[in-house]
Amino acid sequence: MLGIGIDIGSTATKVAAVDERGAVVDSWMNPTGFSSVEAANAARAHLEEAGLLAQDHSVVATGYGRNAVSYADKVVTEITCHGKGAACLFGPDGAVIDVGGQDTKVIWLSDGVVKKFLMNDKCAAGTGRFLEIMADRLAVSQLELADLARFGKPTTISSMCTVFAESEVISLVGRGEPRENIARGVIDSVVGRVAAMASGTKGMPVYLTGGLCANEFIIECLSSALDTTVKTCPEARYAGAIGAARIAAGVA
Amino acid sequence: MADNHEMWKNLGMDLETHDQLCAVLPTAFGDVYLSQENRPEGMAFYDFVVSDIHGIRPAELIELQKAGGKVFGTFCVYVPDEVVIACGGAVTGLCGGSQFWVPEGEKVLPADTCPLVKASLGAHFGKTCPYFSVADMYVGETTCDAKKKAYEILGADKQTYVMDMPQMKRAKDIEKWTGEIAEFAREVERVTGNELTAEKLAEAIKVINAKRRALARVFAATKNKDCIPISGKDRLLMTQIAFFDDPERCAQKANELADELEQRIADGVSVFPEGTKRILITGTPMAIPNWKLHHVIETSGAAVVCEEMCTGTRYFEHLVDETQTTIEGQFQAISERYMKNNCACFTPNTGRIDDIIRLAREYQVDGVIDANLKFCTTYNVEKSSVAAALEAEGIPCLDLETDYTDNDAEQLRTRIQAFVEMLG
Repeated sequence: MLGIGIDIGSTATKVAAVDERGAVVDSWMNPTGFSSVEAANAARAHLEEAGLLAQDHSVVATGYGRNAVSYADKVVTEITCHGKGAACLFGPDGAVIDVGGQDTKVIWLSDGVVKKFLMNDKCAAGTGRFLEIMADRLAVSQLELADLARFGKPTTISSMCTVFAESEVISLVGRGEPRENIARGVIDSVVGRVAAMASGTKGMPVYLTGGLCANEFIIECLSSALDTTVKTCPEARYAGAIGAARIAAGVA
Repeated sequence: MADNHEMWKNLGMDLETHDQLCAVLPTAFGDVYLSQENRPEGMAFYDFVVSDIHGIRPAELIELQKAGGKVFGTFCVYVPDEVVIACGGAVTGLCGGSQFWVPEGEKVLPADTCPLVKASLGAHFGKTCPYFSVADMYVGETTCDAKKKAYEILGADKQTYVMDMPQMKRAKDIEKWTGEIAEFAREVERVTGNELTAEKLAEAIKVINAKRRALARVFAATKNKDCIPISGKDRLLMTQIAFFDDPERCAQKANELADELEQRIADGVSVFPEGTKRILITGTPMAIPNWKLHHVIETSGAAVVCEEMCTGTRYFEHLVDETQTTIEGQFQAISERYMKNNCACFTPNTGRIDDIIRLAREYQVDGVIDANLKFCTTYNVEKSSVAAALEAEGIPCLDLETDYTDNDAEQLRTRIQAFVEMLG
């Protein structure tokens, strides 16, 4: 049976399909937009177009919009799904860091099963949203922000709160601080916050999933902050959807 | 239901604002409580109390006052009810469990104060809680910095007697608490005009011990692994109401409920499907109508089988020695019982960790949720040692921090669902 995972995050909706052996046969991504119901419908349109719904299948929905997927057979939290997806992509033991659009999670995996997890509270510090807002403020994309930061000097942005940090960035801009330095400050703030959450992962392999897995500079900074080589791969963006698809397919 | 407006008006309450509270409570109670299936019949008493929560009991307390009795409003499980009862007074809990009272409390307290303290002062100053209004005096205690300082603000408006709670548990601290109880007893004698005798205190000790035994019986009913005869929400409601009720009626109703629960166990009547994950909650108190966490947990595939909190085991565990015949001996016995309670205001407080692990085993739980109200420094700081001790015992633990607002309900639900999934 085909396992289909739908991960409706606050920023992006990810779809993955796996066959009965767990091999990924499809992956797709689209901005979530305003409505998770519409995002779920768009995902279904893609699945229909790809001919996946014509086969014998089961659907697991995850992510913050998981309850909006009316055609899901089961709903599972993103923590379980990211754990399962990461175990498949990287290995059964280690720590998974997922920097999502509205929250950041650290998941301890043992034998492919979630043993413990931490999630940031409802504050946006250390999440994708923080990066998004600061990139907007500096009029660059998130990847450009990281590219700029690589050439910036360490600059302190001390506010944890995204709203206050934005004011701090505005003050830095007003003071004529080079954009590279501010970008560096923004990246350091996110990395510092994420590394603090993941401080209990010492000595374990660390895997990064979610929207930042293509952001090389952040991966470098995070590796240095955690004193390890943080591993990731392009499919890691789909970790939640892959995990959901594997649960749907009943793959161990 | 009788129209209580005349009584509330005579108590000097703000009727218009209080009506807003009365208007929302039935919906909240209906959604959280009445939606449950197969509840024990014994819960009908507690449902009835909630249906007129600001009417029936305040009216009884007013009757007591008409007969010359005095009402003592208390905030904490450390204030010895025995002393008040022995002098013919009544003890009542006070409002403090809803966001409704928080904005009013923020007018007199900093916003970064725990919601329980803010709501309490908001209920007093907003004149929207008949228990605050009916109390002849308040009895506070120094169990946290926020309350300690809040009593100064409260005391400027109504007589507030503060008991100085020791912060350690050495022999001299227990002795100090004995002295505090003796001094409190003199104040209660002065306020009530009744002399405290060893006979009356012995009788009061028995009454409060009987209440503790009855509450303990209801709790014991969820130790059974195969059958959970009552939801955590229902048990929490019983505990919350126990703070307000007459102690003898409280014991009687809890015993009736316990009889029914024991019969349910014999008959195999469970309110949860087989395999439902069993949760122990530990942390800060949940004053009525704070049912938020229990509701999220019990609608996420798990059952709360025990609370290691002041609205839980800390309220009834340990009895006062009933064999003492002198007032001095009784004060010492009362002191020893209350000082066995493991509040995070003490340092060190390893007894609480021992309690959590013991209760996790006794109630055969699958996991522990350590939940505290925001800005509660003592419980918050204790979290890391609780987590480490549970990890060493191989008991999964989820750490949560929340307040009375609903805006984090979905985030809480995600964490709690993920925790339940993690438990297998």
